[in-house]
Amino acid sequence: MPRSPRAEADRRRRWWPWLLLAPGLIWLIGLYVLPLLGLVPLSLSEPVSRFGLETVFRGRVGNYAEVLQAYGPILVRSFGFALIATALGLVLAYPLAFAIRFHGGRWKSLLVGLVVLPSLTSYLVRAIAFTSLLGDSGPVLNLVASLGLTGWLDGLGVLRDGRLLNTPTAVILGLTNNLLPFLVLPLVVAMERIDPRLLEVADDLHAGPLRSFTQVVWPLSLPGLGAGILLSLIPAAGDVVNPKFLGGPNDRMIANAIETLLLVQLQAPRAAALTLVLMALITLAVLLQLRGRGVDDLPLP
Amino acid sequence: MTRAGGWLLGIWSALAYGLLYAPVVVTVLFSFNAPRGRFNLIWQGFTLENWRHPLRDQALTDAFLTSLGLSLAAALLALLLGGLMALALSRARVRGGRSIELLLALPLTNPEIVVATALLNLFVGIDLPRGPLTLVLSHSLFCLSYAALTLKARLAGFDPTLELAAQDLGATPLAAFRRVTLPLLVPGLLAATLLCFSLSFDDYVISSFTAGETVILPLYLAGAFQREISPQIQVLSTLVLLVSVAALLLASPRKGRL
Repeated sequence: MPRSPRAEADRRRRWWPWLLLAPGLIWLIGLYVLPLLGLVPLSLSEPVSRFGLETVFRGRVGNYAEVLQAYGPILVRSFGFALIATALGLVLAYPLAFAIRFHGGRWKSLLVGLVVLPSLTSYLVRAIAFTSLLGDSGPVLNLVASLGLTGWLDGLGVLRDGRLLNTPTAVILGLTNNLLPFLVLPLVVAMERIDPRLLEVADDLHAGPLRSFTQVVWPLSLPGLGAGILLSLIPAAGDVVNPKFLGGPNDRMIANAIETLLLVQLQAPRAAALTLVLMALITLAVLLQLRGRGVDDLPLP
Repeated sequence: MTRAGGWLLGIWSALAYGLLYAPVVVTVLFSFNAPRGRFNLIWQGFTLENWRHPLRDQALTDAFLTSLGLSLAAALLALLLGGLMALALSRARVRGGRSIELLLALPLTNPEIVVATALLNLFVGIDLPRGPLTLVLSHSLFCLSYAALTLKARLAGFDPTLELAAQDLGATPLAAFRRVTLPLLVPGLLAATLLCFSLSFDDYVISSFTAGETVILPLYLAGAFQREISPQIQVLSTLVLLVSVAALLLASPRKGRL
């Protein structure tokens, strides 16, 4: 409803927004805030039996210590995989964003669209495709073998006994594929805001291409870089699909551990404790990235 | 930029597109494969057989149809709830509006597994059996944030004087909204629906926690890794890709936008 100059509408203005907000707020509070808060008492409880999800509150702070001890290495591995995948993604995404922004010309929107297009195929289907690509008789290993690189890559730890599937490499490749668009898009948006006249000025002042990159493009692309890293790290660290279907038993990540705890072992309290630990770490990363800036700076689609 | 630098940048960009498209190309290619055994993962030879009856895998088709229904319901519900919130947030100076926006953005900063654990705990706690209802509830929750925030951004870029002009010409506020604002919002609404639909259609993690016995497409696909990867999976994925490309082309205005 519009801003009306009428006094009657002025009086009405005070309550109508809340009427519109109410259903959505009920959804958010009932399905998000309260269940999330509910994880806190759950994380301090004990299962009633080994055969169900019923629990009883016992104030067991020890759950956290046990979980950290048992899953600390998996937690470290999750963030390690996510960081490597993000770094690998950046090596590809930054030059791509640069090329799209400054050399895309009239194909710019098409090139951006092409970055998003693969996301229209389910990431599970893409994982199936990676199983073909990275399999023992797949094209990637054939290429590696024909180049005579098998032994060398094995030594580097990229391959495991000449195989790719069920290795950390496969998980990281899958993650990188999934997160590339989240890196490219914020970078293109940030670079789009760079006034081309700044580059002309840099050129007029005899700054070489390298200098105008380090002095103009790089600093002005940093907001997009920060946003992209955050948008990639969060889903990557909490990913279920890639470690589950492309990794081996020793490449499981934290979300797989939570899933197993909750759905297979029926250890809801420990699953809740582990979830809260993960959430605390992610929130810390978000706060570090935002550092007092507002919600408007949250990278959203 | 030097010529060599330009070439290098081009090749590097092609490499990035290569990683993005490798699985998509493989999927389309393997829809034409004639596999031996239950897993369509190794190239054997070209055939059109899989495309003669694209929907012949009954279990897969059922999961696909269930997914369509679920995602449509979740997207429309999220659009309704989120649209009302966006309207209130953009048109009125609501006290605490910033906090509400933060509350909307928060679910997006959590990995899915966090929301999934919290929701399963809720449904177990209130003794709500997992099934279609819990799926719609949980999908509409994560779609709500996207719908509300994208629609609010659209409304913020909207010229309010248009509505005032309509009122000057004698339209009631409601009529002005219906006749002026709503038509102008249609592209935004369409984009938000597509976004919510595709997010819901693709969701595996939250679904696997809240689906119960209901089998939707992502759950069927996850199960296929152990059971059978029939070529119909690749056929269906290729079809979905084609339809979504068409939908995107139709929904986006002549000039592309980010």
